[in-house]
Amino acid sequence: MPDLLLELFSEEIPARMQTRAADDLKRLVTDALVEAGLTYESAGAFSTPRRLALTVEGLTAMSPTLTEERKGPRTDAPEKALEGFLRSTGLTKDDLEARDDKKGQVWFAKITREGRTASEIIAEVMPGIIQNFPWPKSMRWGAGSLRWVRPLHSILCVLSDEAGASVVPFEIAGISASDTTHGHRFMAPAQLRVTSFEDYQQKLGRAHVVLDAGARAETIWADATNMAFAQGLEVVEDKGLLAEVAGLVEWPVVLMGDIGADFLDLPPEVLQTSMREHQKFFSVRNPKTGRIERYVTVANRETADNGATILAGNSKVLAARLSDAKFFWENDLRTIRSVGLEGMAKPLENVTFHAKLGTQAERIDRIASLAREIAPRVGADADEAAQAARVAKADLASEMVYEFPELQGVMGRYYAKVQGLSDAVAEAAQTHYAPLGPSDDVPTEPVSVAVALADKIDTLTGFWAIDEKPTGSKDPFALRRAALGVIRIMEQGKKRIRLRQLLLNYSATLIPDTIAFAKEGEKTLEVGSYKLLSNKFDLKELTKAGRRVVIQRCGFGGNEVGDLLAFLHERLKVHLRSDGIRHDVIDACLPMPQNDDLVLLANRTRALQAFLDTEDGANLLSGYKRANNILNVEEKKDGVSYELDPDPKLSEGEAETDIFTALDQVEATIAPALEAEDFAAAMTALASLRAPIDTFFDKVTVNADSAIVRRNRLCLLNRIRVTMNRVAIFSEIEG
Amino acid sequence: MAQTNAPRSFQEIILRLQTYWSARGCAILQPYDMEVGAGTFHPATTLRALGSTAWAAAYVQPSRRPTDGRYGENPNRLQHYYQYQVIIKPSPPDLQALYLGSLEAIGVDMDLHDIRFVEDDWESPTLGAWGLGWEVWCDGMEVSQFTYFQQVGGYDCKPVSGELTYGLERLAMYILGVDHVMDMPFNDPQSPIPLSYGDIFRQTEQEYSRWNFDVADTDTLLKHFEDAEAECARILAEPAEDPKTGKRIVMAHPAYDQCIKASHVFNLLDARGVISVTERQAYIGRVRALAKQCADAFVQTEAAGQAA
Repeated sequence: MPDLLLELFSEEIPARMQTRAADDLKRLVTDALVEAGLTYESAGAFSTPRRLALTVEGLTAMSPTLTEERKGPRTDAPEKALEGFLRSTGLTKDDLEARDDKKGQVWFAKITREGRTASEIIAEVMPGIIQNFPWPKSMRWGAGSLRWVRPLHSILCVLSDEAGASVVPFEIAGISASDTTHGHRFMAPAQLRVTSFEDYQQKLGRAHVVLDAGARAETIWADATNMAFAQGLEVVEDKGLLAEVAGLVEWPVVLMGDIGADFLDLPPEVLQTSMREHQKFFSVRNPKTGRIERYVTVANRETADNGATILAGNSKVLAARLSDAKFFWENDLRTIRSVGLEGMAKPLENVTFHAKLGTQAERIDRIASLAREIAPRVGADADEAAQAARVAKADLASEMVYEFPELQGVMGRYYAKVQGLSDAVAEAAQTHYAPLGPSDDVPTEPVSVAVALADKIDTLTGFWAIDEKPTGSKDPFALRRAALGVIRIMEQGKKRIRLRQLLLNYSATLIPDTIAFAKEGEKTLEVGSYKLLSNKFDLKELTKAGRRVVIQRCGFGGNEVGDLLAFLHERLKVHLRSDGIRHDVIDACLPMPQNDDLVLLANRTRALQAFLDTEDGANLLSGYKRANNILNVEEKKDGVSYELDPDPKLSEGEAETDIFTALDQVEATIAPALEAEDFAAAMTALASLRAPIDTFFDKVTVNADSAIVRRNRLCLLNRIRVTMNRVAIFSEIEG
Repeated sequence: MAQTNAPRSFQEIILRLQTYWSARGCAILQPYDMEVGAGTFHPATTLRALGSTAWAAAYVQPSRRPTDGRYGENPNRLQHYYQYQVIIKPSPPDLQALYLGSLEAIGVDMDLHDIRFVEDDWESPTLGAWGLGWEVWCDGMEVSQFTYFQQVGGYDCKPVSGELTYGLERLAMYILGVDHVMDMPFNDPQSPIPLSYGDIFRQTEQEYSRWNFDVADTDTLLKHFEDAEAECARILAEPAEDPKTGKRIVMAHPAYDQCIKASHVFNLLDARGVISVTERQAYIGRVRALAKQCADAFVQTEAAGQAA
């Protein structure tokens, strides 16, 4: 059973691509070998900055010999047909055998495919795999046309078994496979000759290359945490950075350095961001003070001075970086002290948010007024919410956020505290962006909730107004994310807001702020759509008089609000689906009153799903469907709607009177339950209909001979339908 | 860094690079005589990366980035600085080794320092050019940009050029152990008249910072931009055949000069803060359009491997 060892040795592969590339190599090679008829016991792939390596163990030495029989033309078929058959099988007429078939004598060919050696197969498949390797980004170099992630220098490809090792001979773009590679670029650059994977890994180890990225990461983490621990410190965990750094070195050497005393007072997020983004350093924290006091860097080599020169260089670079950060921080503090956060935000007047939606400053004005309106509904103080909205985006104009965009919000919190604003306002500055991902925490503090909702609703309404809605996979303004944010914030905080009126009111304020209008004033404005207006007028020339007319006459009307609500409902479906709630269950709740209150809608939907999951619920649903079907058929046939109140006096027998009694009771229970929004109670009440309805259908014939009885029974079915529809439209539910 | 072969001045580092790359067969060119933002703008790189003709050149290029002006006060930032540029087409297989050799030549001891090639794909939106490569780190500091050009002016580079760009001041400060660029010895400190970088450039940094940020006349600059754009188009609209000599003379280089000019004027306008975020993209697009047209013209010329 031979083992295969393969290594593709190149110039430095980007760290972020290495793991995926190793996995791809394993998949592509093993798939190709299996496809060619070989089997193997195990395979493993490895990566370093300069190499992808693969070991395939327990490979079959040869692919099996395969015989295949093919049926050809009839023996009396034209000569041409036979020629074609011979050509396609590569045989001569003597090789064929004539046999009786259903339709007469037919030529049969026996084709034997000889088994091939593993070496032949590997040599055949490798060039194609290399040529078509799925790098996220690849390049050409020199005068060649081969594409690889960076110039490919050598290929090691060895098959070994008890008898010894041999090179699998193949060539691509002038590179011939061999049994040699190189060690560490600086510490052991000499050529190595290897015979097996074990030999390879050992020799690389001696040549200062740790082949396994996981092992490199473990070494780095263990050395870093030990080093920090010895000083009473701890390394700030950062898995992404660890994986990246493990992909930047073949021989990790962990070094710990000092952050200059001048910089220790910078916010820890600033230190961390600057060190991680620019230098790929880990932050080392003092657990007692919570401050970042030192850093860990990972070098790619040992040196005679134990890394002293390397560490000195790194500290120097860091000092230059942090001087910049400190400079930005101090400038920002100076700005806030002299002109306040509002002053800092002043340049946002010149920053376009979107050509049709005005500047960032205008957007902040809108969000502030909306946050004020939302505040009382989410338990926040209106003034505080408006103030928070005014300053929450001021940090976008700070020098720090200009340099480190990922610190938006984080700096906002610090700067709000510098200005002496309340904790609630500072918190809102940071958390109003959340949630950004589906698993992010949502803001819960009332002021943050008000600003976060206002921010997202402004985005949604604005882009809806200018008809920049998401289509298919395109959602350049992240409107789906904003909608999900609104849903999650409301649901988690049980924030009850009727969105329809809010959106209508808000869109009216949105439009005059963003459209161009006014020169014509009130008199000559033509009724038209927003789109027409936005093309027609210039943004800056808006007067108050003009704004009013725009609001009245071409506001974002009921249709657009309905469309936006439908989008929110669609996102709610996607959101609830992850909780196992079917889309048709939501559809059954959508037509119910107050569907623009997303919390109410979600509660109703969850209760309905829970109800349908019970035996009573499932049976009642089929009872409802049966009633509904009969009604639909008969109403269509008769051309009338059976909407009269059924008369209990016309009932014949217990099964029928029981239904009347049950309906009376259920209706009496449902009304207050729905009033109290206790959907579970309403559903439980409905459950008591199940038995009488089942019995009714068992014992009673709806289409009675007596026309009066029949009509009364159809009206009774209608009453069942109406009663149940007060809770949800059960006919929307599938199955 | 106190090695015996350590260079003693900024200019010695430049001279050693010149000697090193000269010995490796590069034509040592002089700086291009126009204001550019980076060594890549030199036609010896931008235009010569196009076409099939082999090429090897190295040169110092004074580079101007008006927005980086700090009145000579920032230890690392300058509005005028030097880049060292090497361009070899086709890129030789041992370019990384050649590059590392150049670091040794200027006094970086490979046994003591940690040199790393960290992914950094290069893209110049104004030149319509991109390539893959790395920023080279020495002890965590970026000392060079290393790029395999893939496209310039919208054309696939065939063969591929290898480009090395050294940020000379930063690299020299590190090698010479200087913390503030103005303190760096420009010539040998033992010279009869020792000159520091500051002796030569502190005043000019102040003058240009003031002019770049506050004084440059934006109306004039806007006009310069438009003039350069128009002239570039006009040059390229001329027929290839010169009516006077009867020869085929495609004026790719004079047109490209106008593109360089427009690019620098744009940088000045940017420093004056008169270009809004939305306009920015439009200006970059206009310069790119010029670069593209110049590339279109150059690939028709003999220097790009076309028969005369």
